[in-house]
Amino acid sequence: MEQAIDIPFTQFLAADGSVVADATPFPADPRKLVALYRALVRTRSFDLRAVELQRTGRLGTYASSLGQEAVAVGVGAAMDRTDVLLPSFREHGAQLLRGVTMVELFRFWGGDERGSDYAGPREDFPVSIPIGSHAPQAAGVAFALRLRGGGRAAVCVLGDGATSKGDFYEAMNLAGVWRLPVVFVVSNNQWAISLPRARQTAAETIAQKAIAAGFEGRQVDGNDVLAVTHAVSEALRMARDGGGPTLIEALTYRLADHTTADDSRRYRDENEVVRQWKNEPLTRLRLYLTARGHWSRDEEEALKAECAKEVGAAAALYLADEAQPVTAMFDYLYAELPSELIAQRMEAVAEADRDA
Amino acid sequence: MPDRTMVEAINLALARAMADDPAVMVLGQDIGVNGGVFRVTEGLFARFGADRVVDTPLSELGVCGVAVGLAAQGFRPVAEIQFMGFIYSTIDQLVNHASRLRTRTRGRLTCPMVMRAPFGGGIHAPEHHSESSEAMLTNVPGLKVVIPSSPARAYGLLLAAIRDPDPVVFLEPKRLYRAFREAVADDGDDLPLGRCALLRTGGDLTIVTWGAMTSEVLSAAAALSVEGIAAEVIDVTTLRPLDSDTILASVEKTGRCVIVHEAPRTGGFGAEIAARIAEHALLSLLAPVKRVAGYDTVMPLPKLEARYMPTEARILAAAHAVMEAR
Repeated sequence: MEQAIDIPFTQFLAADGSVVADATPFPADPRKLVALYRALVRTRSFDLRAVELQRTGRLGTYASSLGQEAVAVGVGAAMDRTDVLLPSFREHGAQLLRGVTMVELFRFWGGDERGSDYAGPREDFPVSIPIGSHAPQAAGVAFALRLRGGGRAAVCVLGDGATSKGDFYEAMNLAGVWRLPVVFVVSNNQWAISLPRARQTAAETIAQKAIAAGFEGRQVDGNDVLAVTHAVSEALRMARDGGGPTLIEALTYRLADHTTADDSRRYRDENEVVRQWKNEPLTRLRLYLTARGHWSRDEEEALKAECAKEVGAAAALYLADEAQPVTAMFDYLYAELPSELIAQRMEAVAEADRDA
Repeated sequence: MPDRTMVEAINLALARAMADDPAVMVLGQDIGVNGGVFRVTEGLFARFGADRVVDTPLSELGVCGVAVGLAAQGFRPVAEIQFMGFIYSTIDQLVNHASRLRTRTRGRLTCPMVMRAPFGGGIHAPEHHSESSEAMLTNVPGLKVVIPSSPARAYGLLLAAIRDPDPVVFLEPKRLYRAFREAVADDGDDLPLGRCALLRTGGDLTIVTWGAMTSEVLSAAAALSVEGIAAEVIDVTTLRPLDSDTILASVEKTGRCVIVHEAPRTGGFGAEIAARIAEHALLSLLAPVKRVAGYDTVMPLPKLEARYMPTEARILAAAHAVMEAR
């Protein structure tokens, strides 16, 4: 039984950098578009270095965002500084735009909790490794933001796999019934580790899952950073105006393995990946900007050099980190260490001292 | 000072906390207009309004997740789960998030929330309404687990739980909700978490317990005193962090210990207390520690419930065995 469901879809730029035929007019301020392009390149530079560090034993298991940078960058670009981001673990681009530093990201993925003590966006959540469990928290954050007033909103980014979980449905239901200022962005990269999108849900789109929760779901080309930015901006405007939540399904593709601990050749046709490289998000924006004279080969070279320098400096700082003291395990557990843990803390210190 | 039931005392503490601190809010199923299935939140909706007394959809995981989000934003949510049998879908939120948000962010974000749930058997409730699964929560670093055993302690401990800067699971022995009244002063004074309550002093035997079992234990202690055995009764009140000092000092004094809880024996929190006694006070013991606990069975439905619950007779038998050991 097929039921026709009308899900709006937004795309401005085609893979070859041309404006798609039926595109509605979109904000095309070249300075803003160049800023988006720079953020994409910066994100990919970070990503490539992170994988390289992992491959050489200097970073822990890492989740690359290769190919999906436009989703995260679009989210980060659309959000106000005072909004609150609850990311999944592949939104490095959004985090970087919000002021999380590359050093902090390296720290986290290198196995150091200090990496989640963001000096910039103090209210943003750390990445959520348990899938989708941050969705109801986003509803809670949005509830808090609305109670305080001030037109702030929460943005929760999830993967396609997360939309099969109860956490997602419960969060959507709460957000809908309370008309909370929250935007759910599903970065649908077509693969939840080894499970393809078609076997994740029988629903024709993920966006339509919002309908049952009583609010709008829409799709965007997740490799078109302009479309993502536009859709998230619109959804945030509605959220701030009391119009309630939106679900945005951004259609993208995971060009990398799930993480550095994964080998996608075990379950995915490599030809599919080769084909998907033609849709990746950086090229189309560069072609668009270049064709209109907003971007040059020199600027491209300069940007690459600049990013390499920034990433290199961040990696150097990260690699020079002093280890946390062993006491850090205990000292952030509670506001005040319960007396029953003092002996354990002393034991850990003594053992560390002996081994020093 | 008026005499109040535990339900009334908890209601009073919630109202006091909400009046004192605008960041405190309560949320859960049927807690608003209906005042909660046990009437614990009666009157709060009328007094504090829908923004602070939030009727939620039927969504335990969602409610707990929302509480984490609110708490990270500086609110002090008190989430009610109607029965402990329904907390299991909140475990991901408690274990992966609430308990470790402070640790994960090195103190940047914290989670000053309380999750309240009635627990325990003895009221002939339907299936899944009578379990005591507190032990699983005691193995979660970053959580505090608090169990009151009287109206006055419920009032003071709940105020402390709400004011605590870290997440607290507050388990209410529902068998005691209306079992007896006690003088409760609505003075806003909290009782410190992490400290046992000494319910009865005695030099011959230490009985350690918590929650509704305090009532059987106190009866047993009274019966023992008739026989000339002076039992010291310790109500743990806070399972995590545990006040071992009070328990160890008592056992060092008496040399004999019985631990009583309603939860299944194996892996129950009594095992942890017995282990601490073995580690730190073994040489003071005059007899092996004995546990009186629920069986390692599924909590039976009401018709067999009484056979499951530790009784005064079982406690007395354990006390006698411990007293007779040389």
